[in-house]
Amino acid sequence: MKIVVNGQENFLECSLPLLDFLQLKNINPQNIVIEHNYAIVKRDGWSEIILQENDNLEILAFVGGG
Amino acid sequence: MDKLTIGNVQLESRLFVGTGKYGDDALIPKIIEKSGSQAITVALRRINFSNPNDNVLNHIPQGVQLLPNTSGARNAEEAVRIARLARAAGCGNWIKIEVISDNKYLLPDNFETIKATEILSEEGFVVLPYISPDLMVAKKLVEVGAAAVMPLGAPIGSNRGLKTKELIRILIEEIPLPVIVDAGIGKPSDACEAMEMGAAACLLNTAIATAGNPILMAEAFGQAVAAGRKAYLAGLGVSKIEAQASSPLTGFLYGEKE
Repeated sequence: MKIVVNGQENFLECSLPLLDFLQLKNINPQNIVIEHNYAIVKRDGWSEIILQENDNLEILAFVGGG
Repeated sequence: MDKLTIGNVQLESRLFVGTGKYGDDALIPKIIEKSGSQAITVALRRINFSNPNDNVLNHIPQGVQLLPNTSGARNAEEAVRIARLARAAGCGNWIKIEVISDNKYLLPDNFETIKATEILSEEGFVVLPYISPDLMVAKKLVEVGAAAVMPLGAPIGSNRGLKTKELIRILIEEIPLPVIVDAGIGKPSDACEAMEMGAAACLLNTAIATAGNPILMAEAFGQAVAAGRKAYLAGLGVSKIEAQASSPLTGFLYGEKE
């Protein structure tokens, strides 16, 4: 199934919880923020969201800036 | 002790430092230490999947006030979205509003900035808007709940100094909020000049990050900001066109015979 993550298409074998997707991609869940289908998902909701076909994720972190 | 209060936070240092443009983010802790800065700006970006755990927060010591910016926003709506994300990331409720759609000079869109400030202030953010120095815009920002105003001295990253000095002076005189000079400061003497004039603080990034020795420059800026603040508090002497002797003119030479 296809999902869009940070503007890029990703293909997954099956639906899985958002938290498992982060582990799959080796993303440390500290200090990141996630929008799922354009709504911010609080940290404690990451295990409850099951990714579905055509879902849109934005996974953001802080970088240097002025 | 002379402290700067923004929101309910008191800062001893009046230097805000940005974290962009460092070739190596590992320099950042030393920059923060040497500058003495207690308020640090960061930006929010999509994670890079080739290096997913790269996060500037790994280099920022605990206890400093984070000031995420909304860079990348081209209108109020985008700025509000970024601000909400930054807060959800768990880094507090301060936000630097930066709304820019001019790619040549990176000048802020004051009107969209006012809109974003109003929305975010109502949502409980401590809003520090980056603006082109304009008195009417600054007054409007006071009305809609800004915690400070941050006029530019010159375009971002230009290192050109206080090109807007007179307009900033008017804001300092007329606006009952901290006026933080943000952008354009190129030299410690620029920062010192802004502080002597009564600016509440200075925010800079490029002048330190692109210096030959950024750590030494961070220290120089810390000292310049502190010196300028002390000079402002001390009250500058009056400037005059003609000389006024500093040494007593005892006059005994004039009384002698030729």
